[in-house]
Amino acid sequence: MTIALLLQYLVAGVTYGAIYAIVAIGFGIVYNATGIINFAQGEFVMLGGMIAVSLQAFVPLPVAVLLAVLVTMGVGALVEILFIRWLDRPTVLRMIVITIGLSIGMRELALLVWGEGVRSLPYFTGDAVSALSVGDVHVSPQVLWVLGTVGVIVAFLVLFFGRTRLGRQMRACAANRDAARLCGIDAKGMVTLSFVLAAGIGALAGCVVSPITYVQYDSGTNLAIKGFTVAVLGGLGNSAAALGGGIILGVIESLSILVLPAAYKDVVAIAILLAILVFRPAGVFGNAATARLKEHV
Amino acid sequence: MSRTRALPLAVFAALIVVVQLATGIADKSQYLTQLTMAGYYSLPILGLTLLMGYAGQISIGHAGFFAIGGYVSGFLTTGNLTGLSDRWWVRALARLHLLASGQDAFDSPSLVVRAWPACIAALLVTVVVAYLIGKPVLRLKGHFLAMATLGFGTIVYRLVLGTSALGAADGISDIPAFHLLPGLDVSGKSALRVSNYYVAWGLVLVTVILLGNLIHSRIGRAMRAIHGAEEAATASGIDTQDTKLKMFVLSAVLAALGGVFLTHYNGGIGPSEASIMKSVRMVSIVAIGGMANLWGALIMGVLLNFLSMRGSFGSYDDAVFGGILLLIMLFSPQGLLRADLGRRLLRLISRRRKEPAT
Amino acid sequence: MNRVLNWIVLSAALFFAGPATAKEAIKIGAILSVTGPAANLGGPEARTMQMLVDEANKKGGIAGHPIELFLKDSGSSPEKAISFAKKLIEEDKVFAIIGPSTSGETLKIKGIAEEGKTLLISCAAAEAIVKPIGKWVFKTPQNDSHAARKILEHIKKAGLTKIGLVSSNTGFGKAGKEQVEKVAKELGLEIVANEVYEKEATDLTAVATKLKAAGVQAFINWSIEPAQAIVLKNARQIGLNVPIYQSHGFGNIQYVKAAGPAAEGVIFPAGRLLVADSLPASHPQKAVLMKYKKDYEAKFKEDVSTFGGHVYDAFLMLTKAVEAAGTDREKAREALEGVQGLVGTAGVFNFSAQDHNGLKADAFEMLTVKNGQFVVLQEGVDKKDAPAKKK
Repeated sequence: MTIALLLQYLVAGVTYGAIYAIVAIGFGIVYNATGIINFAQGEFVMLGGMIAVSLQAFVPLPVAVLLAVLVTMGVGALVEILFIRWLDRPTVLRMIVITIGLSIGMRELALLVWGEGVRSLPYFTGDAVSALSVGDVHVSPQVLWVLGTVGVIVAFLVLFFGRTRLGRQMRACAANRDAARLCGIDAKGMVTLSFVLAAGIGALAGCVVSPITYVQYDSGTNLAIKGFTVAVLGGLGNSAAALGGGIILGVIESLSILVLPAAYKDVVAIAILLAILVFRPAGVFGNAATARLKEHV
Repeated sequence: MSRTRALPLAVFAALIVVVQLATGIADKSQYLTQLTMAGYYSLPILGLTLLMGYAGQISIGHAGFFAIGGYVSGFLTTGNLTGLSDRWWVRALARLHLLASGQDAFDSPSLVVRAWPACIAALLVTVVVAYLIGKPVLRLKGHFLAMATLGFGTIVYRLVLGTSALGAADGISDIPAFHLLPGLDVSGKSALRVSNYYVAWGLVLVTVILLGNLIHSRIGRAMRAIHGAEEAATASGIDTQDTKLKMFVLSAVLAALGGVFLTHYNGGIGPSEASIMKSVRMVSIVAIGGMANLWGALIMGVLLNFLSMRGSFGSYDDAVFGGILLLIMLFSPQGLLRADLGRRLLRLISRRRKEPAT
Repeated sequence: MNRVLNWIVLSAALFFAGPATAKEAIKIGAILSVTGPAANLGGPEARTMQMLVDEANKKGGIAGHPIELFLKDSGSSPEKAISFAKKLIEEDKVFAIIGPSTSGETLKIKGIAEEGKTLLISCAAAEAIVKPIGKWVFKTPQNDSHAARKILEHIKKAGLTKIGLVSSNTGFGKAGKEQVEKVAKELGLEIVANEVYEKEATDLTAVATKLKAAGVQAFINWSIEPAQAIVLKNARQIGLNVPIYQSHGFGNIQYVKAAGPAAEGVIFPAGRLLVADSLPASHPQKAVLMKYKKDYEAKFKEDVSTFGGHVYDAFLMLTKAVEAAGTDREKAREALEGVQGLVGTAGVFNFSAQDHNGLKADAFEMLTVKNGQFVVLQEGVDKKDAPAKKK
């Protein structure tokens, strides 16, 4: 195994990982604000891609992507207002089941609207065979778009939650909702905002990734499971850690096909998930003490 | 058994017979096919009601156990050992009368495990797997438990889908009939429709009786205590982890039992039986039935599975289950058929009557 | 909705047809994977089915019998296929069942069709469907063994010996994998890299890298799912520029679009439906292919694919059988076994009591992709795969 081939595997792993990391970050935002795992996060990614593909027949690509992100953000807000907002201190079980129901509902609606066919956006730069080469290692330019987008998103979120007033308000709500309301923060609005934000970054991910893969009405489900694995790996609720977790999972998955048949790649990912959940639920980068604080039962 | 418990059971048993006779008279005995399938699907649902409703532990991966039951028994009863007939363990199995010889589809000799030992083996495998998975995972709570069980279900799905010895995507076909008793076979032949219907529903009846006894026993009370307030339960000396694990394994075995019987009835099994959607369906039905309501889950399960198996929901099968799940969870989280529904309705009616006329 | 339409047509037909000419409706069941993992197959198949039934009923049905269609979506679940098959045969008493879309489901209902003495014309590809032969079970897609052989003979002729094989984790992929392994051994070709990938895979660079590391001189990508396009893209991106062969599961222009420039030069065997335009007018299949293509594309505004063609052929077979022998099942079955020279979309069918598929290797044409279109592969020296001559 030459260094070049090893690097090629690593690049493949980082590519997978970036895709999962964005889904994980979406999970984290909603979880931070509400303590809910939104199983429908994968569907936001799917919607972003599908809507962009439908629009780019009429408007230039960047506009299509922007509109797709905005529309999906609207869907996120709608979902929160219609299904989550008015629930009165729901149990964890109820929330899990509701978001699963939402995930199924959105998937079936997508099937109704777009049919069962696969779609993908055109490559942002270059085409399906163009590759940037460093020696014997080849990378599609779209991969750089994906990594770049993920990087920008993470940077934005770190700044948003760390420096802006709105971000700090959201964090306050996450830490202690009642206290936050006593300080005059619109807790309900924060929850809606978290959904909007998660939907937006999910949609952006869906757009930037669809040239490499494709979107189909049921692409969301698989992404959700992998995304959750990464979120847990990295410590739920921590964007930068999710990125790290994504890279770790992606690389492990990629290298796993050296020893196992590729058909078992998913098994590897889930085995990792189970191991983390059992041995270190706070995640690789998380803090066990703060993770316990997030238990809303 | 008290009268309040014996009466519904007697009604249930009578209903089973009445339905069969009615379909016979109305010349609709083909309905028995989907009713039998729905019956076998009720077994994992009842087990899950026990686990989720009474013990309060969520599991979104129970179809995995159903599939383990079906695949293990299917694999053993179709795996041709003729080529290995000189190995010591094959000869040992033969001497214990655990093997059956015959001919395969190409008319060459076949040597497979009999259905009864295969069934026992499938249930044993399930106990082992459920124990190994349950012990670490049941320490988790809430979302983490949900995700862990979801992960387990997905692993089973991926394993059966990716393993060519288990037929990969095609699954296992030509699974022989299960010779339950001399003269009583579990198989899909149309001539055996009525007897198979009674086998399935007999199994369900026995399960309901046993689970009912369990719920009203000491272990059952311990289980409900855990659901109510786990710390308090521990404080009163209940070994919560042990109880949870026992319930998990029991519900897994029930699911596997359903899997074994349905697989022999269908004559085959595919990876779709292990899919996450199947697990979600089971959770939906338990939720709709009222979480801690065996009868509720049973009624809703039979209704929905019967309609689904007849294709009444068309291409929107998943949407129906997802939609119902959503609506119930949003508006009536206690389920549709609440245990105290009757009482509430009576209260509603009597309140109206007490109001003075205007 | 369509059942209502069928009842209206049926009632109208019965009303307007005089008592002497009123013929009872013929019930046809269809079990297809309209949604679910094999929706790429079942979607076009179901649409084709509906289109053909509507068209036939406008002209009075098959041999004067109006058709009542019972279309069921099995979502690729064998347990649903089993339940639907029993319902269709025992309750609805259908004359024949078309489908299912996948081999796994078909194998599970083979026995039910035999027991119920109902014609089952499957749209799935596995050889096991017709081997061992079931009296009542037929299939319309070409045999994988022929496709595998055509590909491997082409590779051998090109002087390549070390090949790679990647297949998807579906019934189609598995069946093809077995056939390729068998025939490769026979022809003395060495498979140096053999991987199965998931049909939902989003990136297959790792698999492509493994192929490159093994030093393959060509590789075969056997799948019927969209993910096969990802393999093509990833392979070209990492600079694996060896000849790529696909299976007949590539027969949908959507896959070419998904792969973009990576699909250029890919070689694969397929039914001639994909190159119907470029066939000479004298070709025996031209008329049938053009008609199906035109009708389908006009009605559904999407490109025709070979998958829908399997239903087309099944319907043709049924029509032929009923026209020859009426609605007596045993007679229709025997008539079907005797059908020769039936021009369908997948090829020209010749059935017999031992051959319930009716197609040979010449049903395939070697195609390639040029400028994003399917074209017939032009071999400079050898025209071994010339269109089949009339029998």
